[in-house]
Amino acid sequence: MANYESALNALGLEEWCSSEANDGPVTMAELLARAGAEKETSAWDIPFPSLDTLNKACPPIPRARDMTDGVEQAFIDIKNPLKAVLDPLTEPLSWALDGSLALFQALPWYVLIPLLLLLVWAVTRSGRLVGFVAVSFLFLSFVDLYVPAIQTLSIIFVCTAISVLLGVPIGILMARSNTLQRILVPVLDMLQTLPTFVYLIPLIYLFSVTESKLYGIAIILYAVVPVVRLTNLGIRLVDRDVIEAADAFGMTARQKLLGVQIPLALPNIMAGVNQTIMMSLAMVVIASLVSAPGLGVLVLQGIRELELGVGLVSGFAIVLLAIILDRVTKASLARINTTQSH
Amino acid sequence: MSDIKVSIQGLYKIFGDNPDTAMQHVADGMDKATLLDEHGHVLGLQDINVDMRAGEVTVIMGLSGSGKSTLIRHINRLIDPTAGKVLIDGENVLDYDAAQLREMRQRRMSMVFQKFALLPHRTVLQNAGMSPRIRGEEAEAIEKAAQKWLERVGLAGFEDSYPHQLSGGMQQRVGLARALASDSDIMLMDEAFSALDPLIRSDMQDLLLELQKDLHKTIIFITHDLDEALKLADHLVILKDGYVVQQGEPQHILLNPNDPYIEDFVSDINRARVLRVRSVMKPVNGYADFAGVVDADDTLENLIELSEGDTTRRYLVQRDGDDVGVLDMKALVRALVPQHTADRGSIR
Ligand SMILES: Nc1ncnc2c1ncn2[C@@H]1O[C@H](COP(=O)(O)OP(=O)(O)OP(=O)(O)O)[C@@H](O)[C@H]1O
Ligand SMILES: [Mg+2]
Repeated sequence: MANYESALNALGLEEWCSSEANDGPVTMAELLARAGAEKETSAWDIPFPSLDTLNKACPPIPRARDMTDGVEQAFIDIKNPLKAVLDPLTEPLSWALDGSLALFQALPWYVLIPLLLLLVWAVTRSGRLVGFVAVSFLFLSFVDLYVPAIQTLSIIFVCTAISVLLGVPIGILMARSNTLQRILVPVLDMLQTLPTFVYLIPLIYLFSVTESKLYGIAIILYAVVPVVRLTNLGIRLVDRDVIEAADAFGMTARQKLLGVQIPLALPNIMAGVNQTIMMSLAMVVIASLVSAPGLGVLVLQGIRELELGVGLVSGFAIVLLAIILDRVTKASLARINTTQSH
Repeated sequence: MSDIKVSIQGLYKIFGDNPDTAMQHVADGMDKATLLDEHGHVLGLQDINVDMRAGEVTVIMGLSGSGKSTLIRHINRLIDPTAGKVLIDGENVLDYDAAQLREMRQRRMSMVFQKFALLPHRTVLQNAGMSPRIRGEEAEAIEKAAQKWLERVGLAGFEDSYPHQLSGGMQQRVGLARALASDSDIMLMDEAFSALDPLIRSDMQDLLLELQKDLHKTIIFITHDLDEALKLADHLVILKDGYVVQQGEPQHILLNPNDPYIEDFVSDINRARVLRVRSVMKPVNGYADFAGVVDADDTLENLIELSEGDTTRRYLVQRDGDDVGVLDMKALVRALVPQHTADRGSIR
């Protein structure tokens, strides 16, 4: 029956193989095999020596199913100590997300909308953009999407702020050390290329779905990447001659960082912030799968309950938010660029 | 003569992964090309010994890649040497720790760069005040110093402009004001005027000489242009492939080049305009019958004009009213021809 029996015997493993039988649960494939008649295998049918195949020839070798169980068990084993460390560390994130949501929703619309417009004016100085944002918000409120839109915006604000607070220092350290850059670049690549669902899985095990930090962490892990990358790049691209002048006149490391490197890297850092905001928006929609409130919930409802209209309108609202966020950050970026063009 | 302000002694710089081993090979007599071929290390500077006097302009000249920038960066330790000493006011700067080094760069040295290297996000006034700001002086004092030096370099009225709004020549004036505002004794200038077009460049040289008349800084000036070197230098150091080919009084080097490399350099120069009477005159003993009196610092060109091309004339040379020598027009004409060409002529 088993294909690799003779090979394993030749390796001298015969005794070990017959020493103990595997008494794990029976897999579907095995049941089928038992039910069916034994076939003579031709050379064409030799299966790949996978765990399951080898297990047939030699029961002590674990089956694939046992292996995944093992991984699960290992993860569950480290979960508690990991949680004991991560929980208090990430608790402030929950507070920030919940606090900001509560604040945004507590403010009446006739206060919050003008405040947002004021913010747009402060960073862009563009009347047209303020007008566009005003019309967009009035439209969103008119079609009763004010609350979910505000929730989405609140989550984006908090996650972007934290991404910048984490990402800029990491980017600066990375720019200073080639070793750190070599270590971090693959990590950043991975965070950015992994389908988001993949890292939702360990997060769901680690934290309960009712905690807002669950989606907060998912969003930040995804969105922090561009600001780290572009801070690193921006600082590395600062004109070497200017850095040399700073050294020649005896600047301290701190004066150089605050007075030369960060200001000159600012256009790049802001381009990173722009991308971070856009990625937060993309992720906050997906994160509605793990109970993030906002427009994503409505899209999800559209999918789950086949409410085409709800899904489409909230989808449009997301597009509108994306345009607003992109335009506003790009306009403020352009302002930085003109005030310090070389 | 004045004191030695900067003294470079036995300086070597080797670029590569393992300079100390490479240094061993060089000490055993390996040359630059072999070191590069067999060990992959670049011998940037070899056995440099130069004394730079206080209040003088020392010009370091050489072709591209001869190690000029590398050498000047050893003085403020932007580059650390592989071997040797750099003494400033008698102290070896290689013994300095980070804080002492910073202190030296903040107060005792300033630098002007070929590509200006101004802070693009700061105004002209803020750029000029960079050094006192780094030292943490009061805002009012910083502004006063910056303003004063901007006026001195002819940039009054441009305080609130940004560097990118100025022409290259004006940007380098800001660079000069920034260096002057540091109030340091030593000024390092790495091809400071090389990026400027010829007229502006000449203006900047004049400005530097005029400032130097009042300020008496110890200036270390790098150039690859012999005309510029001869115009500015009190002491001329000629570098080639990382070693000093010849150094000394510029007029002396011009009249007595000791290497074909330098002969090539000096052969294209307008000697009448560069050489001075003092370099070709003879001692005053017993001559009479002078066609006139000239100054020791007059150029030969002036003399040719004065003599109307008559080579039989003889002039009395004076400096500050004292007789210091005699100039024979024949000697003058002979000095106009570079030494080696004259030799070749006699062989043919
Ligand atoms: N960091 C470095 N690593 C390796 N080699 C270097 C390094 N810096 C300079 N060199 C080499 O040292 C030599 C001298 O360079 P340096 O920049 O001092 O020349 P330079 O005289 O200033 O030339 P230029 O007129 O082009 O500025 C060159 O051959 C250069 O290739
Ligand atoms: Mg150079």
